[in-house]
Amino acid sequence: MTDAAIVANGLTRRFGDLVAVNDVDLEIAHGQIYGFLGPNGSGKTTLIRMLCGLLTPSAGTARALDFQLPEQAEPLRRRIGYMTQKFSLFDDLSCKENLNFLARIYGLDNSQRQMRITTLLNQFNLEPLSSRQAGAMSGGQRQRLALAAATLHEPELLFLDEPTSAVDPQNRRDFWETLFDLSEAGTTLLVSTHYMDEAERCHQLAILDNGNLKTQGVPADLMGALKGRVIDVQGDGLRAVRQQLMTSNEVLSAAQQGDRLRVLLKKPVQDIGVFKQWLPGDQTLHCEPAKATLEDVFVETTQADETPC
Amino acid sequence: MLSLRRINAVTLKEFAHMSRDRMTFGMIIMIPLVQLLLFGYAINTMVRDIPIGVVDLSGSAAARVITEQVRVSQVVDIVATYNTPDAAEAAIVAGEIRAALIFPENLPQRIASGRTVAQWLVDASDTMVSSALLALRSMPLRLEAGAPPGAYSASTPSFEMALLFNPERRSEVNIVPGLTAVVLTMTMILFTSLALVRERERGNMELLITTPVLPLELMIGKLLPYVLVGCVQVGIILGLGGWIFRIPFAGSFTALAGVTLAFIAASLTLGLLISTLARTQLQAMQMTIFVLLPSILLSGFMFPYDAMPEAAQYIAEAFPATHYIRLVRGVVLRGADAGHMLPDILWLLGFTALLLLVASARFHKRLD
Repeated sequence: MTDAAIVANGLTRRFGDLVAVNDVDLEIAHGQIYGFLGPNGSGKTTLIRMLCGLLTPSAGTARALDFQLPEQAEPLRRRIGYMTQKFSLFDDLSCKENLNFLARIYGLDNSQRQMRITTLLNQFNLEPLSSRQAGAMSGGQRQRLALAAATLHEPELLFLDEPTSAVDPQNRRDFWETLFDLSEAGTTLLVSTHYMDEAERCHQLAILDNGNLKTQGVPADLMGALKGRVIDVQGDGLRAVRQQLMTSNEVLSAAQQGDRLRVLLKKPVQDIGVFKQWLPGDQTLHCEPAKATLEDVFVETTQADETPC
Repeated sequence: MLSLRRINAVTLKEFAHMSRDRMTFGMIIMIPLVQLLLFGYAINTMVRDIPIGVVDLSGSAAARVITEQVRVSQVVDIVATYNTPDAAEAAIVAGEIRAALIFPENLPQRIASGRTVAQWLVDASDTMVSSALLALRSMPLRLEAGAPPGAYSASTPSFEMALLFNPERRSEVNIVPGLTAVVLTMTMILFTSLALVRERERGNMELLITTPVLPLELMIGKLLPYVLVGCVQVGIILGLGGWIFRIPFAGSFTALAGVTLAFIAASLTLGLLISTLARTQLQAMQMTIFVLLPSILLSGFMFPYDAMPEAAQYIAEAFPATHYIRLVRGVVLRGADAGHMLPDILWLLGFTALLLLVASARFHKRLD
């Protein structure tokens, strides 16, 4: 067994003329929470589907848990869990019936099944809902049920495709605590998201845009790499300031956040005075360097080739 | 206040939906086309060429003359000759012939005294078929010599008619057993055709295919509950039918169970195949109707199979319902057993095996 839970080389998937995933290389270590961050349509779902053997790559190779894909998808299936983007359990079955069904499909015997379901209902706080039909549950409850179902057979590798898209912030926090519990227990997790705060929680992160893997690394390192390139501007007439800045060759993006303007530069500046020269002269504006967020990283990586230097 | 602009907006949107769904579009054209052909061409209530057998115990020239006159009426098609009335009756039970014309040993004497010349054994379960045969009862016979003047003219009966299985000629006797085929075709194909498509539409399929469940396991597991449903339906139709409509039950329960299970299996796999072809529940439903119409119309449920043109009969043979209607009527009304009707049973089993293979081959545990 190699060190990596997932290795992909040149993984590509085309749907007709559309290249959904383009030449992606990946190496995901065991026990990590690895995030795919990208907007809708960036290829996250297609990539996950290829990595769990649901889609055949148009080009490239992939191995998951040392199984060659897509040829060995069948033995892989017993060892992975997959939580689909859309809720895919049965709406007209109760929480417990859904879990019982899947436990039987995964071949758990009666005593294992009952034990495991009791544990999961407890762990995911689903006990009071055990006889409620899945269709009548809230977004957060369904998401917990879906995760319980995906982890029933204690998979070594768990794919979560935008698991929190229908969930409120509090539930999202709780959900991530559970993910860290699983990670701690040795499960490798692959999570796709378009939420920056979620992406920041991952051990490792890959940013996807238009099917291309733009960058990957530890979120803190990715943000650290932007040191000196993010500046906060406060003052009056920010719309006009933004317009002016956007014409500058030095500025990659400028986005207003309330009464501030967050400016991302193409190159770091050491001296804030240099930056001030690019502002309209007659303004009294307060400028200070700011800590880069993942959103800045995202903008930086996805806009880099759209605005030629 | 009704707004024409809003009505127009909705109308345009509906046309857009229609043009996106090729299946619906196809049905708009195909349903009238198929119906027109079925009703206009294939369905015929004028029964001709009914398959019959002849038993000539007299060995006389007169028997051959009469047989020939019966044949040229075009009502019947003489497909076999038998040595004894018992053999002919067995062939009727087995469904090989619908009637037998039996000439007695003393045919020449009977002609000389102007009595009825022969006896028809008629499978009367289908009233339309038996009516056509009963019309032969008083057919005028032209016998060259020996018969007294006035005998065998249109006003006096030429034949004795013995009506088997449904002597009162009640149409429900034939309809009720056939109804099982119609109800099973409707429900079995529809239920299973929706079963897989529904899971695909709701997104359950994406989950199922990431589990270790094998396509064949999934399919068999999905079909088994409907086998029970089918048995309950047959039980209701034949149980209540027997009680309310006094439908005789001549056969054995084992034979009934055997042929019914074979037909349920065939219908379920047909539904399964549809569900691997359809993308939405609506499409599955439309395809089901598309199969349902000809299976009901051509199966011999309402219109006699014997009355259909040959081409239509070939098409009818492709549908499981045609075979089952023959089987269930044979078992229930004529007391036939499986050995009598092996070709139909084998056909149903072969159909099931073939479609199950095709359906599992078409079902991939992949999304591409």
